Amino acid sequence: MSKPYRMPSLGAGMEDGTVIEWHVEPGQRVRRGDVVGVVDTEKGAIEIEIWEDAEVLEIVADPGTKVPVGEPLLVLAGQGDDDDRSPSAQESVEAATPGSAEAESPALEDVWDESEAAPEAAPVEAAPRLRVSPVARRRARELRVELESLEGSGPGGAITLADVESAARGEAGEEEAPDSAGQEPPSSPPRPKDEEPGDKDRHAAMRKAIAVAMTRSKREIPHYYLAHAFSLERTLRWLSRVNEERRPAERLLLASLYLKAVAKSVREFPEFNGFWDDGGFRPAPGVHPGMAISLRGGGLVAPAIHDADQRSLEELTKGIRDLVQRARSGHLRGSEVADPTITLTSLGDRGVETVFGVIYPPQVAIVGVGSVVERPWAVGGMVGSHRVVTLTLAADHRASDGHRGSLFLDRIARHFETPEDL
Amino acid sequence: MKTTYREAVREAIREAMHRDERVFLMGEDVGRYGGCYAVSKGLLEEFGPERIRDTPLAESGFTGAGIGAALGGMRPIVEIMTVNFSFLALDQIVNNAATLLHMSGGAFNVPLVIRMATGGGRQVAAQHSRSLEGWYAHIPGLRIVAPATLDDARGMLWSALEDPDPVILFEHVLLYNMEGELPEQAGPVSIEGAAVRREGTDVSLITFGIGVFKALEAAEVLAEEGVSAEVLDLRSLRPLDDRAILETVRKTHRAVIIDEGWRSGGISAEISARITEGAFYDLDAPPARVCGVEVPTPYPEHLERAALPQVPDIVEAARGLLSGGEGDVA
Amino acid sequence: MTFPPSPPLPDPSHAHSLLRSMLLVRRFEEKCAELYTEQKIRGFLHLYIGEEAVATGSIAALERRDSVVATYREHGQALARGVPATTVMAEMFGKQEGCARGRGGSMHLFDAETRFYGGNAIVAGGLPLAVGLALAAHMQGEDRVTACYFGDGAMAEGEFHESMNLAALWNLPVLFCCENNLYAMGTALEVAQAETDLALRATSYGMPAWPVDGMDVLAVEHATRRAVQSVRAGGGPHFLEFRTYRFRPHSMFDPELYRSRDEVAEWKKRDPIVLLANRMREAGILDDAGMDALEAEVAEEVDNSVRFAEEGSWEPVEELTRFVHSDPEVAE
Repeated sequence: MSKPYRMPSLGAGMEDGTVIEWHVEPGQRVRRGDVVGVVDTEKGAIEIEIWEDAEVLEIVADPGTKVPVGEPLLVLAGQGDDDDRSPSAQESVEAATPGSAEAESPALEDVWDESEAAPEAAPVEAAPRLRVSPVARRRARELRVELESLEGSGPGGAITLADVESAARGEAGEEEAPDSAGQEPPSSPPRPKDEEPGDKDRHAAMRKAIAVAMTRSKREIPHYYLAHAFSLERTLRWLSRVNEERRPAERLLLASLYLKAVAKSVREFPEFNGFWDDGGFRPAPGVHPGMAISLRGGGLVAPAIHDADQRSLEELTKGIRDLVQRARSGHLRGSEVADPTITLTSLGDRGVETVFGVIYPPQVAIVGVGSVVERPWAVGGMVGSHRVVTLTLAADHRASDGHRGSLFLDRIARHFETPEDL
Repeated sequence: MKTTYREAVREAIREAMHRDERVFLMGEDVGRYGGCYAVSKGLLEEFGPERIRDTPLAESGFTGAGIGAALGGMRPIVEIMTVNFSFLALDQIVNNAATLLHMSGGAFNVPLVIRMATGGGRQVAAQHSRSLEGWYAHIPGLRIVAPATLDDARGMLWSALEDPDPVILFEHVLLYNMEGELPEQAGPVSIEGAAVRREGTDVSLITFGIGVFKALEAAEVLAEEGVSAEVLDLRSLRPLDDRAILETVRKTHRAVIIDEGWRSGGISAEISARITEGAFYDLDAPPARVCGVEVPTPYPEHLERAALPQVPDIVEAARGLLSGGEGDVA
Repeated sequence: MTFPPSPPLPDPSHAHSLLRSMLLVRRFEEKCAELYTEQKIRGFLHLYIGEEAVATGSIAALERRDSVVATYREHGQALARGVPATTVMAEMFGKQEGCARGRGGSMHLFDAETRFYGGNAIVAGGLPLAVGLALAAHMQGEDRVTACYFGDGAMAEGEFHESMNLAALWNLPVLFCCENNLYAMGTALEVAQAETDLALRATSYGMPAWPVDGMDVLAVEHATRRAVQSVRAGGGPHFLEFRTYRFRPHSMFDPELYRSRDEVAEWKKRDPIVLLANRMREAGILDDAGMDALEAEVAEEVDNSVRFAEEGSWEPVEELTRFVHSDPEVAE
């Protein structure tokens, strides 16, 4: 039985994507997890993966085609029991269970979207499309309001123009008066369909996407901030010792320690690893920290390193290198963009001591690490020169409190300080 | 000058007959009887039986004769007593009046005006209560006009007579007794273009004929609830004033269309479709319709009232577009 | 059928013109049938062949100022009325040089110049129109007559009754010309009409009415002159029942299951063209050479019309929606 492979939703703000290239052709067999093609989004070019073993029957959307989320891209011939299920039924089973134990399976592509739309493991029924009036949808785009975060006051709970405008007013305060009848969108006309976005466009689109997410974050999430400085001497010494024996390509990155420290800590503090949606916190089933990676030419992405808590430092180092390279070349996979459960940001060695992050909604925490700096540091009454780092936590006060936050931050620092146990 | 809708129509006919000797009125009981709705009362005495011409009960015959007379250089006003009887003349209206100009490659235009009473609300049961303006609005080659106000009743007839092509004027039976002020020297009124009868910002009540007054009443009720309703009187159903319809919808983002005619395939469906086509991205709610219930109009008062759009129905439909209801607005 | 004796032959030139007119209709329509099979002419094509005497004789009795309303079998009336064969043929082709710019086709010939009001393809649909044209003339005080053609089938329609009643009631200058060819499409007169004496029925409206030999162009013209004179003089509507016959099927797609070949053959013996030609030969005003010359002249006119139509142009699709409402310049 054939079934469509549809344009995946790779994030809450994604409405469509433009096919850049296909890595498959009709007749080709694909395996679960294979990258089948590349799709351009506001966030950049993203590799899209296949979710089952199947045969490609037909390419529905040729390169250059802009396809709305949920519309078919390929026709697949499935195998096994799956064949007996209709594509829509199957999709909704997968889509509706991200919070359950079965979600260990890689069927997590839509975790952000579905977490919005189908919080409970619902029966076999497609998640309802967000009800938004046409003018509200248009205005939301103009005002960069995230529709998913709004409560509809219109017929059938639909989000109305007034909902969008009051949301925009509540946040920005500087938006124009609600009655904007007949006005054209202020700027940035939509891209012509068939035109491949240039770097400039892509950059603008990314800025827009960041703006949307960060605006929503600052509007909705009551952040609280904690900072904790500690000496990295021990850690760094351990690291150079370990790396001495390794060839350059295999040397561990400090970032992998940082990553692992956070990943291990978060298992003990699950309220920082998950999502706030529909008025409640939903812990994530796995630990997939997103690494904020700044891109050349501006902008940033925060793709996930899956199951970081279970991976060795070597694996993580390899993963980070691969991720940074692919992020900068615009070849991230959909799940990497969509899956982070907590975000890590690091300013690297550019000299700034402290970074307070802005939470990426619907996540509830972002851990920041500043540059490693030399400081006078007292240990046991003795002052010496230490390499010191400042770790910060910005967390959602709806999901956690400062007390737990400080314990969490301290736990990360401890893990960081004892790298041999990581 | 205090006057009624009936008198306004009569004055319009009188004036037209004085202005242009080619104009004459023809129809059942327009002369000696004085008109079924007394519109033409007194005109026979003034203009004589040649120009206030009683016809036999032969809707197709005299409507066709009106078409022929128009072809022959006259400016006939054919009164079909009610829209219900116009079905007997459908062949002439649709196959001849609406078609001759085109079929003749522009050689023969038909400067004919047909007036007919329309609508229910008088307990005269199914065969005398139809509102089929929408049917006629379906036909290319016709102009369909529904004067609601005294000014329009007074001023549109002349514009209709000046039009080189067939125009059908629909007069709602409940409007004939409507009283109001009209200037002594009221001038002609264009038969094209809708008119905003009340300005508003939250919802557009789009209607024509008797619906205008029901909508205005509904707007009053809504205003008490803090809802600002705009009332658009379409006035012309063919052509529809797309610009005005889209303009009001773009302003209020919500539309309720009110039509005594039935919903299925009615003019309300056409208006709704145009709104969706032309102002989709301005809509804050799906267009709503308040139409005649799909039943031949029953005789008993309570059933007839239930079958026709009433003020509370309009208010409810508007509310449904403005506040969160349980589900789709039907 | 018993009719009064045929009227005497008119002067030679008028006799020639009647013969020529009938021959033109005959040859023109034969050409149309041919062109139809070649798909130059499409849609419906109802041929008048056999009935030429009716249009030719009756229209010969009309003045230029009179009006004509006809049916969908109206090529004969149009040509007899003087609508040029060229524009009629172009109309058949659907070319914009046609008398209705190609918008009407075979069934809807219109021509303002000759006051030819169509070309109505709804049976009896033209009758109220004719009444109205007559009403206009009456109200304007002009002595125009409106000749209204319809078939025997129309007499079963309500609009026939309404129109007869109105015209008689208002004493309007209408000449009702019933072309009784015995069949409403494929339904014979006696299958459709309770009273098959159509002229008798017409008298019930209080108007003069009588049957005429529709195969004899001289009888047709004579009767029409009498009627028109009376109508024009204010005598109110008149009704003429032209008893005639179409030699060809109802339309191009008609296997003629409803009538016998013998019946058709019997009627063909009274071919109106042959009847007139024979009388002209007997009177010594037509010989073989004259007939040949006439045929040649008509053939040239038909060929011309075809050439004109062939060379005509298609109206640009951009003009599709013209003539739904009057162009501004048409409006007064």
